[in-house]
Amino acid sequence: MHKPDSQRIVITGIGLAAPNGNNLAEFRHSLLNGVSGVCDYDIRYFGRTVAGLCRFDPLKYQKRKEVRVGTRAGSISIYCVHEALADAGLAIGAEGGVAPDRVGVFLGITEHGNVETENEIYEISQYDYNTKYWSHHHNPRTVANNPAGEVTVNLGITGPHYTIGAACAAGNLGCATGAQQILLGEVDVALAGGISESPGTFGIFAAFKSQNALASHEDPTKASRPFDAARNGIVVSEGGAVYVLERLDRAKARNARIYGEIAGYCYNSDAADMVLPNPVRQAECMRKALDKAGLTPADIHIINTHATGTPAGDVKECEAIREVFGPSCRDTYVNNTKSFIGHCMGAAAALELAGNLPSFEDGIVHPTINVDNLDPLCELPNLVLNQPVKAEHVNAILNNSFGMLGINCVLIVTKV
Amino acid sequence: MTREEISQAIVEILSDIVPDEDWASLKPEDSLRGKLESMDFLDVVMELRKKYGVEVPEEDYGQLATLKSCADYLEAPLASK
Repeated sequence: MHKPDSQRIVITGIGLAAPNGNNLAEFRHSLLNGVSGVCDYDIRYFGRTVAGLCRFDPLKYQKRKEVRVGTRAGSISIYCVHEALADAGLAIGAEGGVAPDRVGVFLGITEHGNVETENEIYEISQYDYNTKYWSHHHNPRTVANNPAGEVTVNLGITGPHYTIGAACAAGNLGCATGAQQILLGEVDVALAGGISESPGTFGIFAAFKSQNALASHEDPTKASRPFDAARNGIVVSEGGAVYVLERLDRAKARNARIYGEIAGYCYNSDAADMVLPNPVRQAECMRKALDKAGLTPADIHIINTHATGTPAGDVKECEAIREVFGPSCRDTYVNNTKSFIGHCMGAAAALELAGNLPSFEDGIVHPTINVDNLDPLCELPNLVLNQPVKAEHVNAILNNSFGMLGINCVLIVTKV
Repeated sequence: MTREEISQAIVEILSDIVPDEDWASLKPEDSLRGKLESMDFLDVVMELRKKYGVEVPEEDYGQLATLKSCADYLEAPLASK
């Protein structure tokens, strides 16, 4: 499938905040060396649990007042965007840079506003629930575009911005949206990816606990263990990953480093259940993404799974993968990033893709850790367990992401 | 509270709300308008409510123009605090 460079969208910068790394080099190092980012955590009302928390310095790119007035999701977004632009060697508004009105910000979110709403309710609980103590900052903090909007305010970006609410498929959908906005001619540069501030809300922990889907383990670094027979749920994490996306011709013209090409994607709906995944639609989503990329299953060298560590969800995804990737896919490796960082919700897919992109250069596939006893129902050929493997070649990565209400998004990135 | 304590309390609130500003060098007659945005000003009103139980009606906002005018305005309600 030959497309002109003006119709090909490439990644030229990566900024990320992961529970086990504040940039791609740190993150990748952790993934190749078995370093988890999950730690003990205590949150009001819920109590002791585990979570993946980021340790970047928000004051690197924000004033203290901006941090106080804004949201955690906004701070993560701002950090990731600054880091991505610096990585891409791209300035906004400066001579030789991109015009501020030709830049767009498109960030996937699983949810937004729960943290801020809980905070305000807690605050007024100190005043007998009198709403006159409710902050005037509540509305700008909780509007759904908040994380992307805070980025535009911080950087003076005057092009479009919005968030993409897509449950745990949001990170992939943010990237797909960014590519689409460039192809539509709405922007020249898209800052696209996904963000999560979810550990700030006790509600998400309590709801997963009530659903019997919250991970626990005496060693927090082992709590997230997709595919392990003893897995017992999700580790809630925060994080973000933002990509600088631009057309290939533009990237070449400015001699930019190219991490990979957004070669194909698909998003669809299970139309079946509020929570339970549907492997039929997941498989369909993978196939359609392959078709859009002009690839066959055997062309994929890494499948980064969505698997979150729930007993049912991991098995369903394995069923879907088996259905699409048959015995001919001898060079297709399968891994999972959540085993290191937990489930970064809206950021998950974008972060997990980032952790795998260096494989185009080093040919190494990071493993799935914490698998002491592989669940027989999760056995897949070339599932990379506990130690990295050196692949013969890595030219294409298929990144799965699936979310509640049956939203699926599969993204394929290829080496350029 | 004494007048000096009231002034200190106001500077503490301002420092919490706009921590990037140099409030230590604020003079009593300096205008707060250049240092506070409208949302910051609402934060000042909220903090007075939360910390000291003082209500500042909207028609009185103009009286919180400088450190001195704030202290003047708050002297009576905070005298017994």
